[in-house]
Amino acid sequence: MGSESSIGLRVSRYRPESDPGPGWQEYDVPLRTEWTVLDALNHVKNELDPTLSFRWSCRMGICGSCGMNVDGEPRLTCGTFLVDHAPGPIRVEPLANFHVVRDLVIDMTDFMEKLPRVKPWIIRDEEQSVDDGEYLQTPEELDAYKQFSMCINCMLCYAACPVYGLDPDFIGPAAIALAERYDLDSRDRGARERLDVLIEHEGVWGCTFVGECTRVCPKHVDPAGAIQRYKLKAAKQSVMAVLLPRGAR
Amino acid sequence: MTKRRLEPFVWLMFSAGGVLAAVFLPVLAFLFAFAFPLGWMTPPGHAHLSAVTSHPLTVLFLLGFFVLLLVHSAHRFRYTLYDGLQIKARRAVALLCYGGAAVGTVLALAVLL
Repeated sequence: MGSESSIGLRVSRYRPESDPGPGWQEYDVPLRTEWTVLDALNHVKNELDPTLSFRWSCRMGICGSCGMNVDGEPRLTCGTFLVDHAPGPIRVEPLANFHVVRDLVIDMTDFMEKLPRVKPWIIRDEEQSVDDGEYLQTPEELDAYKQFSMCINCMLCYAACPVYGLDPDFIGPAAIALAERYDLDSRDRGARERLDVLIEHEGVWGCTFVGECTRVCPKHVDPAGAIQRYKLKAAKQSVMAVLLPRGAR
Repeated sequence: MTKRRLEPFVWLMFSAGGVLAAVFLPVLAFLFAFAFPLGWMTPPGHAHLSAVTSHPLTVLFLLGFFVLLLVHSAHRFRYTLYDGLQIKARRAVALLCYGGAAVGTVLALAVLL
């Protein structure tokens, strides 16, 4: 390949069966304007080194599987172009704050365990029967939560969050944004149940409003905004619990 | 649930202090750093200012203002020590920061009265 148009890829490798810890491996890949970091990794996998492991699927910013730290910044590699990181070498690492399974593959078990705690589904007091038809929603009611529904669970916000890095018990940005998404849904009645989880220290109070989650979010969900809204909700509830008699909550 | 927790109340004071600081501190900085020294505006006389600040309503407002600003800075400083400098003595840090705010409150009260 012509050396005039190539770029170095410095990839973090970790093979638990043979490596004592993560190390670096360098690859030279063609520098093409339309190529993303994911394209470069696929080139490595197909042409140079089939042992490299990484997750990817849709290559169009929807599936949320190709998140990695590119030059120290959590990114969807399918939306990160090589030319923006020229002249390189480009540092590609697994997302920070997670255990590494192998090479660039992280272990998401912690998030998968936390997500259901905030009950990210529509909760009804009583389910209306199929004969009664669908739950109608106006465009305004849709707009109320739409932004928070754009989350693709790509984990970039967890990789960027210094609080999650320091305190893995923190429930984290995406989970809180998704709780807010269902709270704001006009069909949902589960706000109280979610608040019971998020009002705890590991819920919203862990957040110190660094705001990195919102900065790195590829879908502009604004998890930091969701957390601040939730803090206000939780604070209001706490004040009411003190001021109001027991019966009125 | 409805376990009594301190965090929501500290956070409410922290937020209120942040809003007040953002709204009023630039005004103070503008008046005392630029407008008065550069002669854009004539500063009020000492007697006038002193009369304004000794009115009970002003005292009440200023006290609330100072307390919230102090809690705001204590809270910020506390997390700077926890997370920024990685100080593990959490109880001592909290005591130092909020204790400092409490001392500041007493001092503010002494100055105002």
